[in-house]
Amino acid sequence: MIFDWGFAFSILPAFGQALVVTMQATLAGMALALVLGLVWAIARRSRNRLVAFCAGFLVEFIRSTPLLVQLYFLFYVLPLWGPRITPLETGILALGLHYSAYTAEVYRAGINGVARGQWEAALALNLGRAVTWRTVILPQAVVPILPALGNYLVALFKETPLLSAITLLELLHTAKLIGADTFRYLEPLSLVGALFLILSLMASTLTRKLEKACDRFRHG
Amino acid sequence: MVDYLPAMLSGLKVTVLLTLGAMAVAFVAAFAAGMARLSRRAPVRGLALVYIELFRGTSALVQLFWVYFALPLVGIRFDAVTAGILVLGLNTGAYGAEVVRGALSAIPREQYQAAWALNLSPAQALWRVILPQAVIAMVPPAGNLAIELLKNTALVSLITLGDLTFQAQTLRAATLESGPVFALLLGIYFLLAQTMRFGFRRLENRLAHGQDYGGVR
Repeated sequence: MIFDWGFAFSILPAFGQALVVTMQATLAGMALALVLGLVWAIARRSRNRLVAFCAGFLVEFIRSTPLLVQLYFLFYVLPLWGPRITPLETGILALGLHYSAYTAEVYRAGINGVARGQWEAALALNLGRAVTWRTVILPQAVVPILPALGNYLVALFKETPLLSAITLLELLHTAKLIGADTFRYLEPLSLVGALFLILSLMASTLTRKLEKACDRFRHG
Repeated sequence: MVDYLPAMLSGLKVTVLLTLGAMAVAFVAAFAAGMARLSRRAPVRGLALVYIELFRGTSALVQLFWVYFALPLVGIRFDAVTAGILVLGLNTGAYGAEVVRGALSAIPREQYQAAWALNLSPAQALWRVILPQAVIAMVPPAGNLAIELLKNTALVSLITLGDLTFQAQTLRAATLESGPVFALLLGIYFLLAQTMRFGFRRLENRLAHGQDYGGVR
């Protein structure tokens, strides 16, 4: 059996809806990861030792366990405790949680990169802790780490096929269903691979541009 | 719960086997592609670039499915273990190639020139001068990649291989005790990852011993 271009083109429209689902999961998951990661990063610098330790352990734990298992945990265990959530919501939650552990490390590097004098200056100006974070530290911490965050957006995007394991109709699951219907796996799976390749190459080009822009922004 | 330990243990064996096998493949692929990226011959550089971008640009799970479900249709057939080791190894190797390339390019030019001035052959220069310095810089990122690899082995449960995650899924279906089963599973992966992290830190300290360049001092 060789690659059948006619068949490949005929199944292309079926991936449209799946691509929308994949994008929803990617963008919502990343938004969650950006917020939660910041929470972990700030909690790690808390003056309360217990809070700092728990945040550090949580990040380490999430980073050392497979996303697939976390996905299963949320999918099978969460409904036992509370309201049922859809596979898409479960997927967004799992992706967001998993990648928040990575973004937390990125934020940490960015925050550590802010000069000590900035904290002291904020103290000297009698700014409160919340105001210091919001107006002095974070604006300086975030710009240099934008490219690193962009890389994690690409990485998260590439993990969305895992959501097929919890029955979400994203790109890979759609390909599997087409394969099961027609007994042709080569074309749908190759198309999904090609789609991911094109989109992630585009995204990494954008990230590189962002990196250059950030450098210019910082060094004038 | 205790009754189910044997099943989990056999899953653990598969997970460890896959991790070690794929690490070996990744090690070879990373060095081959990383050094090829720095080759003077353009076709060699191009080939390495295609390999790296292909495996880094697509998802590991898609690659696994492609090799396991699509390749047999064109006559190339692997059993699940081989497919798992090969795909996970090549996938991690593509990331590792960038680590190797980065560490090799971070060695100052003078080191190459000094080796040349001492009339060392290129192989001698690489083996005795460049690599001993470069390897130290490779170990910490390699440790991170190894843990990513361990986590990625969970994907093989989706091509019917009986690894830890697969056994846990079977257990869940049999007992309906989702909470304890998955909590145990997460705990096992966490311990495995911590063990690997510890091992790589030991390796790093060992290699850095007596070095005054590129390592932790």
